Amino acid sequence: MNYCPDEVMEHVFDFITSHKDRNAVSLVCKSWYQIERSSRQKVFIGNCYAISPERVIERFPELKSLTLKGKPHFADFNLVPHDWGGFVYPWIEALANHRVGLEELRLKRMVVSDESLELLSKSFVNFKSLVLVSCEGFTTDGLAAIAANCRYLRELDLQENEVEDHKGHWISCFPESCTSLVSLNFACLKGEINLTALERLVARSPNLKSLRLNRAVPLEALQRILMRAPQLVDLGTGSFLHDPASEAYSKLKATLLKCNSIRTLSGFLEVSPRCLPAIYTVCQNLTSLNLSYAPGIHGNDMIKLIQHCRKLERLWILDCIGDKGLGVVASTCKELQELRVFPSDPYGVGNAAVTEEGLVAISAGCPKLHSLLYFCQQMTNAALITVAKNCSNFTRFRLCILDPTKPDPVTLQPLDEGFGAIVQSCKRLRRLSLSGLLTDQVFLYIGMYAEQLEMLSIAFAGDSDKGMLYVLNGCKNLRKLEIRDSPFGNKALSDDVGKYETMRSLWMSSCEVTLEGCKALAKNMPRLNVEIINEDDEVAPSSDDRQIVGKMYLYRTLVGPRKDAPWYVEIL
Amino acid sequence: MSMPVEHDYIGFSLEVPSMENSGLNLKATELRLGLPGSESPERESSDDNNNKKKKGSAVVLSLKSLAGSGAKRGYSVAIDRKWVYSGNSGDGSDAVVPAAGLFSPTGAANNNGSKCVSGSDSGLCGPVLKEGGASQSPKPVVVAQEQKPHTHGSGPSKTQVVGWPPIRSFRKNTMSSHSAKNDDDSEAKLGLGCLYVKVSMDGAPYLRKVDLKTYGSYMELSSALEKMFTCFTLGKCGSDNVPSRDGSSESRLMDLIHGSEYVLTYEDKDGDWMLVGDVPWETTILWKGITKILQKEDRKQLTLLGFVYELTSPTRQSHQIAILLLMFTNSCKRLRIMKSSEAIGLAPRAMEKCRNRN
Repeated sequence: MNYCPDEVMEHVFDFITSHKDRNAVSLVCKSWYQIERSSRQKVFIGNCYAISPERVIERFPELKSLTLKGKPHFADFNLVPHDWGGFVYPWIEALANHRVGLEELRLKRMVVSDESLELLSKSFVNFKSLVLVSCEGFTTDGLAAIAANCRYLRELDLQENEVEDHKGHWISCFPESCTSLVSLNFACLKGEINLTALERLVARSPNLKSLRLNRAVPLEALQRILMRAPQLVDLGTGSFLHDPASEAYSKLKATLLKCNSIRTLSGFLEVSPRCLPAIYTVCQNLTSLNLSYAPGIHGNDMIKLIQHCRKLERLWILDCIGDKGLGVVASTCKELQELRVFPSDPYGVGNAAVTEEGLVAISAGCPKLHSLLYFCQQMTNAALITVAKNCSNFTRFRLCILDPTKPDPVTLQPLDEGFGAIVQSCKRLRRLSLSGLLTDQVFLYIGMYAEQLEMLSIAFAGDSDKGMLYVLNGCKNLRKLEIRDSPFGNKALSDDVGKYETMRSLWMSSCEVTLEGCKALAKNMPRLNVEIINEDDEVAPSSDDRQIVGKMYLYRTLVGPRKDAPWYVEIL
Repeated sequence: MSMPVEHDYIGFSLEVPSMENSGLNLKATELRLGLPGSESPERESSDDNNNKKKKGSAVVLSLKSLAGSGAKRGYSVAIDRKWVYSGNSGDGSDAVVPAAGLFSPTGAANNNGSKCVSGSDSGLCGPVLKEGGASQSPKPVVVAQEQKPHTHGSGPSKTQVVGWPPIRSFRKNTMSSHSAKNDDDSEAKLGLGCLYVKVSMDGAPYLRKVDLKTYGSYMELSSALEKMFTCFTLGKCGSDNVPSRDGSSESRLMDLIHGSEYVLTYEDKDGDWMLVGDVPWETTILWKGITKILQKEDRKQLTLLGFVYELTSPTRQSHQIAILLLMFTNSCKRLRIMKSSEAIGLAPRAMEKCRNRN
């Protein structure tokens, strides 16, 4: 090829931001590899045990932003013990020791201690952004360290973390000189917060665009905060309770009229529905609305609210909206791209909160829909086929029928045909979660049609090894496969062991793989870590190879078995 | 605390089928205007049949009159911070107004929001639950209900599979503490169920039960209760030889109570009688049953049912009867409006606390 100076290539590569593309670029030739690695600033590590921090630092000297994911996805559902792993401390320590100019750290499903937060806050002068999603292990003391020491902090975003709350003094630890905040999200904190300190912080943060409060922030405080930050684009309310006849409420209403930049709204962790009219003006411009933590809004209040949101592109909601409410969404929110319907009563029996009807209505009314998470009481093949016809743009389709093996209630058939229609129609499908009564047939369809599929979640499905084999053989782009309570065994597991090196990870729990099968796999594949998780097993793990393994998690890695596994994890 | 004046109270009650029959998993919740000082002993002795049917979280509202000027002083302070009925009459769908106003967490500043139904412009109808505000602990209106492990009793209980449905544990924990879910199934199954509340009144020969769901607003409920109380006081009137007045039943009632004031007490989980108002409003009052039923029903968009029914005598402004219909947290087992004579021990405490908060 023509000679092109490195600087030019580097400049070109600057425009390539997606890590997948940059990974591809680095494989072209050695010189491109060198140029790419010396200019990459943002690094994404999908599995923190696939590589060591030292090797990452060595390869990417300009590292400024690091994203790390720890525990497997099923850890979200209590299938993985808390101390299984995913500790961030060694990473922060390594980054500090090598004097990396870290500016951003984004963690998901990792164990974050107060010590690591403190070390983080003290080691990187230009540290600007901390995003923690579904993490645990820290307290508000760690947050206090971040607040106190990160002089140029722009973003502190805590999403759904389990934080031990030592009450609200951490917010007071932001020094008066800290005026750089752009995004602050502490909605997941359960405890009190120092309201005065919070208000003053907001007052001295002219760049604040995103603010999500926790339940401890009452409506009056919200009003005072909004007075100081009318430029907010993203707002999460705390408590939204008041007497609508009160002066405080009218003040809030008036203040909200001035907040015409708000495009994302969430919160309402506690709410008196009669206060909702205050936000109607905001609703008109909303593109993203998350009411999934607001069970206090339902019925007609919810519907009235939705009817004001004509520009909505993303909606997260509870299933108390009902099929009827979803019909309103379908007729109102024509720009809808992402919908998540969460169960308000997960263990409810016979509570037909939402059914296939709601989904069909949505698919008919919202042509731009491409991302779905839908918890429902039941689903029919006919409905899925209709949905597939109406919306062929799905990239993410996650359906969870609350009764995990429920067939089509009308025909009493498995849902193979319905899901088959989905994968056949949605050629760009990247993520799929199945539920309901399913046989091997659905996996045949998936293997045949889901060419772009990257992540597949299976539960209580299939009849035999054939099912899993269809998937492994058919889905060329598969990266993550997680299976629980399905009758797949050693034959499926060991059929194509090379496949697992093209994937990030495989999880199988309560299936039919035995220790023997796992050991054989591990022996043949040194670049896979095969972990057996046995936390409540009285029998010593290696005693009987023919016993069925409770939980197996395997992942590709360049650094061999990890050293920080707890006693009940055996790495074969 | 002195023993109740037994002879005033013929302590048997009319049992209306309790709520468990209607499929609610709630224990029978009752509002009872009971005898002064009638701790459990009184209830047990006089209400044997009640107790048998009653379950743990029965709520008893007892109206106890205040007697004596000494106590009165304390109580007037207590009554100041009251549960004021902000009647939005005609607006059948909402009854939450008073409550909402009542427990705004920074309540001190927002008293203008709460209105006094009685129209009394005495100081008694003043700031509402200042201590509620002062305590600054905004708690969810729909107060934290523990997630009970699924329905107890009614409805097929699904064997819970670990990790199913696949909801993030953070979300599960947050939502379960948000509002109790365990009764939803049965309620939904049986339609809307009934929300019977036992109402007892001091000196009344028997209790009444009202179905809250038949009322669309606080006004309606208050009128109904008023009618009930009136008939009692008429009876009492006869027995006490107090001349009844013409005019409103309220004034009649007021006269009968001899200028006494009522204050609301509740029995907490330790079995102690506590003066309502000592504890910040937010933590005291939530009735999960109503909440949940009403959540099922579009027309009753309540997160808190707080209701104060005030009767004022035109001539004696200091005389008020407060009947409070409340919802309870798990920790509050019974509610009672106590007569001052029996609540003397409580009153000074209440006063002190009020003073401290002020």
